[in-house]
Amino acid sequence: MLEAFLQSLQSTAVATAIREGESFFPWIECVHVLALTIVIGSIAIVDLRLVGLTSRDRSVAQVTAATLPVTWCAFVAAVITGGLLFSSNATTYGHNFFFQAKLLLIAAAGLNMAAYHLFVGRGADTWRTPSLTPLRGRIAGAISLCLWITIAACGRWIGFTIDMPT
Amino acid sequence: MPRDILVSQSKSSRELSTDVPSLDMFCTWLAATPLSQTIQSAEWVIPAVQTVHILAIATVMTSVLMIDLRLMGVGARDQTMAAVAKRFLPFVWWPLPILFATGATLIIAEPARALENPVFYLKMGLLLAAAGVTLTCQMPLARNAAFWELSSARRWAARIIASVSLPLWAAIIFAGRWIAYIQKT
Repeated sequence: MLEAFLQSLQSTAVATAIREGESFFPWIECVHVLALTIVIGSIAIVDLRLVGLTSRDRSVAQVTAATLPVTWCAFVAAVITGGLLFSSNATTYGHNFFFQAKLLLIAAAGLNMAAYHLFVGRGADTWRTPSLTPLRGRIAGAISLCLWITIAACGRWIGFTIDMPT
Repeated sequence: MPRDILVSQSKSSRELSTDVPSLDMFCTWLAATPLSQTIQSAEWVIPAVQTVHILAIATVMTSVLMIDLRLMGVGARDQTMAAVAKRFLPFVWWPLPILFATGATLIIAEPARALENPVFYLKMGLLLAAAGVTLTCQMPLARNAAFWELSSARRWAARIIASVSLPLWAAIIFAGRWIAYIQKT
């Protein structure tokens, strides 16, 4: 079932063009890397404020409002470019441990973020300084930071562990 | 074997020739040193160093983006340009030593991959240009924190600086990735 899906994804016209084209893959990868640096960097701005290391003069809500629109734009770009790169060799990536780990960790980061927006981050507009930031907020920031660093590492390890047919 | 290397080997149109025998010899010598051999023999070192390199790039790129969005008048308009610059400029500069150290490690591991690669020199040139643009924005702020907000002409100058800065830093990232695909064979 999954195998059939990966096969059909890989044989779409777009995936074939990326796989066989001279330079589609590197250019898409360039945009992917640019997007992911902005995703991770902008999430780190929020996380480091939650932990209490940077932007100490601003409330958590102010930092979030200034940063998350950037994060979301970059995240959309990273998902689209990542999806295109994945499609070009879906069966190979699909079986790669680091690719699977990366997707699971992104899902975990998403859950952490959802929990933050639904429960943990309630009252973030009153978290005006690090000393007014409750422990639960600091922990959410630390978890997010660790997850995204590991996600970056997994992404890099994919390139060193896949067994390409060509 | 990494995909980028496989692609580069299969693309004969991108093969480059080098006419610098002494550079060739230097790369061969460096690759044979015990340090280079040690890095090459431990499989995890290069991806780990690349991960640190890219996290440092993320720090620089995002900091530049936050400053430039403010200079363009797009983001963080509830803060002055000076406040945004003061918050993020340190994070443009302090990752640079980390980038040089990790970049140097990657060069020691595979000298010819970068040193005999025109894209590597393009990247270094772009880096100098981007650093120059950043200093052009930063130096007047040291004398007068409101420098870029004093007149409409200066606000426009700040916009122009920002719209040169962003593509330059993005091009550095693009060049960095292309180093892997343009290889001498």
